[in-house]
Amino acid sequence: MFADYTWSELGSIFAMQGFAGLILFSVFVLMALGLAIIFGQMGVINMAHGEFMILGAYVTYLCSHIVENYVPSLFGVYFFGAMILAFFASAALGALVEWALIRHLYKRPLDTLLATWGLSLMLQQAYRSIFGAREVGVTLPDWLLGSVALTDTIEVPINGLFVMALTLVIAVAVYFLMFRSRMGMQTRAVVQNRVMAGAVGINTERVDRKTFALGCGIAGIAGSAFTMIGSTGPTAGQLYIVDTFLIVVFGGAASLLGTIASSFAISQAQSTMEFFLSGSMAKVLTLLTVVGILMLRPEGLFSLKIRR
Amino acid sequence: MTNNGRKTGLGSTRRGVILGAATAVALTAFSQFGVGKAHADDANTTGLAVTADTVKVGILHSVTGTMAISETGSVQAEKLAIEQINAMGGVLGRKIEFVQEDGASDWPTFAEKAKKLLVQDKVAAVFGCWTSASRKAVLPVFEQYNGMLYYPTFYEGLEESPNVIYTGQEATQQILAGIDWVVKEKGAKSFYLLGSDYIWPRTSNKIARKHIEKLGLSVVGEEYYPLGHTQFNSVINKIKLKKPDVIYAIVVGGSNVAFYKQLKAAGIDMTKEKPVLMTISVTEDEILGIGGENIAGAYATMKYFQSLDNDNNKAFVEAFKAKYGDEIVIGDVTQAAYLGPWLWKAAVEKAGSFDIDKIKAASPGIELTTAPEGYVKIHENHHLWSKTRVGHAKADGQYEVVYETKDLMEPNPFPEGYQ
Amino acid sequence: MTNGKSFLSRQDLLALAVLAALLFIVLPVSVDIFRLNLVGKYLTYAFVAIGLVLCWGMGGILSLGQGVFFGLGGYCMAMFLKLEASTPEATKIQSTPGIPDFMDWNQLTELPWFWEPFKSFGFTLAAILILPAIFAFIVGAAMFKRRVGGVYFAIITQAIAAILTILIIGQQGYTGGVNGITDLRTLMGWDIRTDSAKYVLYFLNGGLLMAVLVLCLFVLKSKLGRLLVALRDKEDRVRFSGYDVANFKIFVFCFAAVLSAIGGAMFTLQVGFMSPSFVGIVPSIEMVIYCAVGGRLSIFGAVYGTLLVNWAKTTFSETFPELWLFGLGALFIAVVLVFPNGLAGVYRAQVAPRVKKWLHTRKSGPDAPVQDPQAAE
Repeated sequence: MFADYTWSELGSIFAMQGFAGLILFSVFVLMALGLAIIFGQMGVINMAHGEFMILGAYVTYLCSHIVENYVPSLFGVYFFGAMILAFFASAALGALVEWALIRHLYKRPLDTLLATWGLSLMLQQAYRSIFGAREVGVTLPDWLLGSVALTDTIEVPINGLFVMALTLVIAVAVYFLMFRSRMGMQTRAVVQNRVMAGAVGINTERVDRKTFALGCGIAGIAGSAFTMIGSTGPTAGQLYIVDTFLIVVFGGAASLLGTIASSFAISQAQSTMEFFLSGSMAKVLTLLTVVGILMLRPEGLFSLKIRR
Repeated sequence: MTNNGRKTGLGSTRRGVILGAATAVALTAFSQFGVGKAHADDANTTGLAVTADTVKVGILHSVTGTMAISETGSVQAEKLAIEQINAMGGVLGRKIEFVQEDGASDWPTFAEKAKKLLVQDKVAAVFGCWTSASRKAVLPVFEQYNGMLYYPTFYEGLEESPNVIYTGQEATQQILAGIDWVVKEKGAKSFYLLGSDYIWPRTSNKIARKHIEKLGLSVVGEEYYPLGHTQFNSVINKIKLKKPDVIYAIVVGGSNVAFYKQLKAAGIDMTKEKPVLMTISVTEDEILGIGGENIAGAYATMKYFQSLDNDNNKAFVEAFKAKYGDEIVIGDVTQAAYLGPWLWKAAVEKAGSFDIDKIKAASPGIELTTAPEGYVKIHENHHLWSKTRVGHAKADGQYEVVYETKDLMEPNPFPEGYQ
Repeated sequence: MTNGKSFLSRQDLLALAVLAALLFIVLPVSVDIFRLNLVGKYLTYAFVAIGLVLCWGMGGILSLGQGVFFGLGGYCMAMFLKLEASTPEATKIQSTPGIPDFMDWNQLTELPWFWEPFKSFGFTLAAILILPAIFAFIVGAAMFKRRVGGVYFAIITQAIAAILTILIIGQQGYTGGVNGITDLRTLMGWDIRTDSAKYVLYFLNGGLLMAVLVLCLFVLKSKLGRLLVALRDKEDRVRFSGYDVANFKIFVFCFAAVLSAIGGAMFTLQVGFMSPSFVGIVPSIEMVIYCAVGGRLSIFGAVYGTLLVNWAKTTFSETFPELWLFGLGALFIAVVLVFPNGLAGVYRAQVAPRVKKWLHTRKSGPDAPVQDPQAAE
């Protein structure tokens, strides 16, 4: 299939395809980081993760609408504010959900699946009742659209670069929060041994609520960022849920580093296969490979050895 | 349901002929009003839910689930049409009452609800369905219980049921004229076909491919992505590698939004001469989600655009906005859904009866001069004769009509040489 | 009590009798054929829910991919019926008469090899039982031998459901794609669309369900059933006692898969088509919810749970077509938070003691209120 092209053409295509893979990698990391915290660290099977993302997207939509109509001068930078608002909106909803629902279910992880599934149905209907059943369009500032031409033939989408940068920032922030801060230390302590953590004076309930809210907040940021590349509608969150869970499980649920590694592996596999095969088959093959590997190595790529 | 004194829609069209026709229709309706009661039995011999002054119909669309995004417009259009018909005195002197059911984007649910509408509510007609899958699921139900379905979506063809009136275009009507146009006007030589992975895009692309090959031109790529797919960077790179003159895209639903945003971000500028992006799946409704600035410059082939410049359409758009707010947009399918109740009314009045069999027999040949898209007529095969138009997407989310076929296109659901 | 039924306790017999009275007398007398056919459709999901009671409630294995097996059973039956409906006469307008219509639309000119055997009814029946069992065995063996359990198993089965859905939709020439296999008419010449056929199928379905319930009671009362419960509570102790834990898990997973497939096949017969929307993630999770609403420890509860959720779904959506998801979502949350043991738990806590007391004081025959769920234990 490459016979008709010159080497330079092929070179630039592979470069762009490499970028496509990296963008997909960033998207996966953004999707999965929040869930890695909620599911990986806390063991809550949050089926409403997609809906928390969409909440972030709707917050962004509202911001774009308000800024466009009332303070158009700030339109160029509203996106940053929108992301911060999205974080807090999703985190607040997360904290509320944790208080009302999740905290009763820590001893029954499979039940969290059912309860959050019910929650996701209700959230979808709420979005539909509030914002209408149609998709909404988020207007983006002009500087986020279009692409940078590196050479004559290599073009890199700006929103892709933006997502990559954002992912890097969030990943670093999460790293510091989880491994270099007091809150992270407490979270990890609670995850590893709840009773002992409580015994040494950690308020485990508060840590739980903060951790859950943090995971939801990251989902909100992800949803906000995805308005650049995807759709915003009441059911759009469902599109992400299977991929997200697979990434987290494939990485080894308890390991944040594993989530990043598995995002990388899956995104590269998928974008390479998409280039050589047709779209549907590439997806099937990627998922099959992941499931196959998981059957051989059920603990995922990285696993923490801890005493439970 | 009642009209609050406002003269709406078809009755208020200004052109004399149409007004005359509408008045005539209204007069017929009113003259039947007195007679209708006396002959209640004549108008309904098959146990449908028709009383002396009401008739029940069904509306069956997804208002929840993934398809609600697309089907909402159809529900709104059907309700508007019913309201307007009632304001004109109803059908055979009877007010239309509707029973709305939710198909929940789930095909078996569609079948269940269709059966409920026919068996339990005994509705005289059903306006509904959107995806081919939902139509396929309810079709046996309509054939078994002898109901009447008015189906609004443009679709792949390969079907012709006496129990269905297809008010949207079938694939050849929609596709052929568009490809001819792009070849003639834009000098297109090579095409890249792309679609969501299900029967409508596949069958449509098959017809497109046959037509392109008949014209002696080339298809340089054909590809399908799962419904709901959101990452199109790889295929966009492939398109860049193949450098086609035309990207022929039949992507649907949430994937649409992702596709056009990523296409724009990847530096494929649709406002330039090449490549031309041509689609048959993006109506004004979809642009709402995609964002006008992301699709500006693309061409769409369908039979109706909101910007269509005629008196029927102006009245329709005005009534639609009056009912649902100024922000609302109207796409091809919404207009086709709006035709449903009017075509049914015309058929009932021609047959002088609500009986399904009589409506079936009366339907072919029925004309609608008051349709927003212009003149339509029901073919023997229960599809509509209609014009095909090419629209040029603008940044404000509307299409500018750049071409329309001179004659009505004949519907041909089983096209020879395209299968 | 004769030897064949000696494993049934008095309570089980009562539960069976009440359910039988509900399914075979009360419902057919009180609702019309349209609603009865709907009940029949719901009962096909009950097969899946019963299977889930065994593997999740008893065995502690939560599968989020039961739709896969339901779909396998349904598709096997649909393939047979579709071939029967696609006679050369019925399909003479196609370019290749005699093959199913969707194949013709996708330019297939001959029947794919794996469709051939489905011309035989015997093979189809065997396939409905055996194919899901083999598939479940492969998945189960790979996972349980490596001691994958709990949440991991759930997520992986969910992914399998996603893969199969994409595959079925993508290979539409062979599978009918997203439309599924539609317009099924006759079973060996017998028109399955008539009202009388619907009655026959309903009773056949109900009979099969009763048979399955009896079979499950037998399994639960056997040593296997006791081991399953032991497994769920303390897997390590069972393993240390010398049992090969994985084999029991594989068995119960396969058993549940076969039950689901029977449900799927009955679904196709009663509804008249099969589509990939039953294979995916959403229906699989919904089936788990039926089981949870019923009370995950009770096979009778599973039947009532299925009926209740579907009744709620139908009623909510008919009354409030645009808002019903709120009600459904709230129902799931309430079940988890307020009634963690589902209907069976409510019955055991509230109704059972009163029935017992009532039986004691009156000393009359069992005549429990029909609508009340029955506990299996």
